Amino acid sequence: MKRLAELLLKPEGFSEIVIGNAALVRAMVESGVEVVTSYPGSPTPEIAEAIGSLPLDSRPFYFEFSTNEKVALEVAFGAALDGRPSLVFFKSVGLNVAADSFVQLSLMDIAGGMVVLLGDDPGANSSQNEQDNRHYALLAGLPLLEPASAQEAYGMLKEAVRIARERRSAVILRLTTHVCHFKQRVDFDPLPPGCLDRAGPKAGALKNGGGRFDPASSTFIPIAAAVFPLKRKALDRLASLAEEAEASPLNRLIPAGPGGPSEFGVITAGLPALSLFDALEGLPVPSPARPDVLKLAWIHPLPKRLILDFLSSHREVKILEELDPVLEQAIKALAYDAGLRTRIRGKEDPEEEMGEYRPALVASILARTWPGTFPRPPARPGLPGLAAPARPAQLCPGCGHRSAFFAVKAALSDIDVTVADIGCHTLGNLPPYKMGQVLLSMGHAVSTASGLALSGRDLPGGMRRRVAFFMGDSTFFHAALPGLVNALFNRHDVLMILLENGTTAMTGHQDHPAAGRNFNGEVPAIPLRRVLEGLGVASVRDVDAYRQAELKAAVEAALEETGLRVVIARHPCMLKLTKAARRKPSYVARHVRIDQASCTRAHTCVEAFACPSFQRDKDGRIEVEAELCIGDGSCRQTCPSGAIVEAQGGV
Amino acid sequence: MTKAYNVYITGVGGQGIGLLAEVLARAAGHAGLEARGCDTHGLAQRGGAVSSFLRLGPGAHSPLFPEGKADLVLALERCEALRAAQDWLAPGGNLLWYDTSWQPLPVRLGEAAAIRAEDVAATCEALGAKNHRLAKKGLGDARMQNSLLVRALSKESLIPGLGPAHYRAALADLMEGPALEANLALLEAVTA
Repeated sequence: MKRLAELLLKPEGFSEIVIGNAALVRAMVESGVEVVTSYPGSPTPEIAEAIGSLPLDSRPFYFEFSTNEKVALEVAFGAALDGRPSLVFFKSVGLNVAADSFVQLSLMDIAGGMVVLLGDDPGANSSQNEQDNRHYALLAGLPLLEPASAQEAYGMLKEAVRIARERRSAVILRLTTHVCHFKQRVDFDPLPPGCLDRAGPKAGALKNGGGRFDPASSTFIPIAAAVFPLKRKALDRLASLAEEAEASPLNRLIPAGPGGPSEFGVITAGLPALSLFDALEGLPVPSPARPDVLKLAWIHPLPKRLILDFLSSHREVKILEELDPVLEQAIKALAYDAGLRTRIRGKEDPEEEMGEYRPALVASILARTWPGTFPRPPARPGLPGLAAPARPAQLCPGCGHRSAFFAVKAALSDIDVTVADIGCHTLGNLPPYKMGQVLLSMGHAVSTASGLALSGRDLPGGMRRRVAFFMGDSTFFHAALPGLVNALFNRHDVLMILLENGTTAMTGHQDHPAAGRNFNGEVPAIPLRRVLEGLGVASVRDVDAYRQAELKAAVEAALEETGLRVVIARHPCMLKLTKAARRKPSYVARHVRIDQASCTRAHTCVEAFACPSFQRDKDGRIEVEAELCIGDGSCRQTCPSGAIVEAQGGV
Repeated sequence: MTKAYNVYITGVGGQGIGLLAEVLARAAGHAGLEARGCDTHGLAQRGGAVSSFLRLGPGAHSPLFPEGKADLVLALERCEALRAAQDWLAPGGNLLWYDTSWQPLPVRLGEAAAIRAEDVAATCEALGAKNHRLAKKGLGDARMQNSLLVRALSKESLIPGLGPAHYRAALADLMEGPALEANLALLEAVTA
């Protein structure tokens, strides 16, 4: 059996099939990064999983999951300020949380250098938008590199760390979802000497080095006039980095092939470049209209001369980039200043600004751009029969959130408003629960609910409407606290249903401050209830979410009160619990079954409680799928005829 | 192999699609084939449809490939077998699937009809594709369903260039002890 930890720390060079996120960790080890921080979010959590494969006493850098992305970025910044090369990683929208500090980084003399590693999510595979974080490089005045594969991610991270250290700066490495998860054979270099004995996180403190923060070495307080010398220095650094970008072998020119230079060119970057190469596989060689390709790794600052040379040697150039026209606008401006007459083709349809540039989308874009060269993909033949029904993600069998939604829904009226937040419980929005009606971002729910509640409970027409919102326990610490303080401070009339499952479940069960563990070991838990009471929340109820009648009564009682009220609906994440239980030899599978004699086909179990374990046949008979059911029994109280019974003897 | 060979692997979150994809990628590696692919698992653990792409041979660049271009579709569930056959299977390709049913929400809510094995067969027929349906009761551990698919791949040499030794080596990369023994035994049972 091959063990990831052994590969990540192997002194010799080797090649192995890994995903991009794992390759990044080898790059961290090789490049001497000493401090790494993060907040979990797809597509990046597997980076932490790979780090977690390294036992604490052989992990050559310190790692923590911080309470949110801004905190993570600041911890990494502080460490780098003190001379330790550092790295912070998080998902696309995490940068919005971190932005307040992130935009200051270019003004700072960062002795150790730091890398901001971003997992953008074109296609919104697991995010609430598909924002293009390349804009942030311009906003913050920081360099940005973008790889297209696991192999490139590994190489470019090492390059980013080198640049960050040499320039005493922050450098952005932008990956997208399917570069993070790109699986391929990656060639790894040998470990440079001294990599493994540099620093260790044992006892919570880094060993050697550090302590190098010298407040006299620069200005670190950018207020008023002090901003300008720092900004000038940042602009000088960018200009100098532009020269480095010009000479970088990471930007690649791929000629059309035999038959000499083409009249046509494509400028592209990242994973869309590989979709383009797939489309080119379908063209004959030589082919008169086959384009030359300039694949950029440096997105900011751009290698201007390289791009101008490419433009001026082609009659027509397509800018093939995912999401926003970031390259297009910059390159068109370059061409204008240089007086070039090359026809530059950018986004020519709103559809070109949406979704991931997978091979099919790129093929259709190229067919629209150069219809004579790229054939339109043939239409799929019509197929007989039923379409497969949609299968949205859903709460797991035994999930405490399902019990909570079932009970809370029963306590609310149809016109009461529920505000959703981010976590597994966002799935409460799906039928049949339809709990949580509006979503912006992590922790928004408390303040969006506060705004909704300003209309008061009594609406025109004699309607009475209360405002409730859902919050997860990890998000509580991540971004809800300022909103909660505001709700108390400004006397907002909202009910928080705090769904406490003891973990950050949606992103893969990372520990949070109330869990009693951090990434590196046991720590005292920060109890939610005492935090709330300490803030001055007068009404806090705490119910096991499986006790549905009690939970419903608690919500009903809290709804009658005013101000910020809290009902904690508590139940451990059953996916996590069941996974752990199954690893033990003593594990006995349990499940429920339907007593067909007493079943009245009320269908509450399948239509209102809607645990995925319940299966219905075409005559309306209900059976329990034993492979799905975990035997938690939270469903039994929902059956009006008591027909859900414990199966004898397990499976 | 000059043209890429495309495999689409699908099922329901929690069925072990990721491990199955990893076995195939590693088997290809042991066979000396270039392999690239990726799992698409935003909310994988939460019971949604999940899939994984795998491309073999030197002609592959992106880890993803277009709809209708899968030379081979592997599915661990009936409804997902139908969805994948309709959306991803290339005409003349192979569908290998394990016939178990985890009804999706619209079926459980009574808003959509349940999928039958015949629906899957009809789609394959319309595409001129081969339909390999597996079903075996009493497997004990549901995770062994994946191993059953690997056995069928190995036995019928469905992926060009990949033989039993490659699958065995891939399993040995990924597991050890009783789990490895159980999986190898299942593989040997028919490949010997």
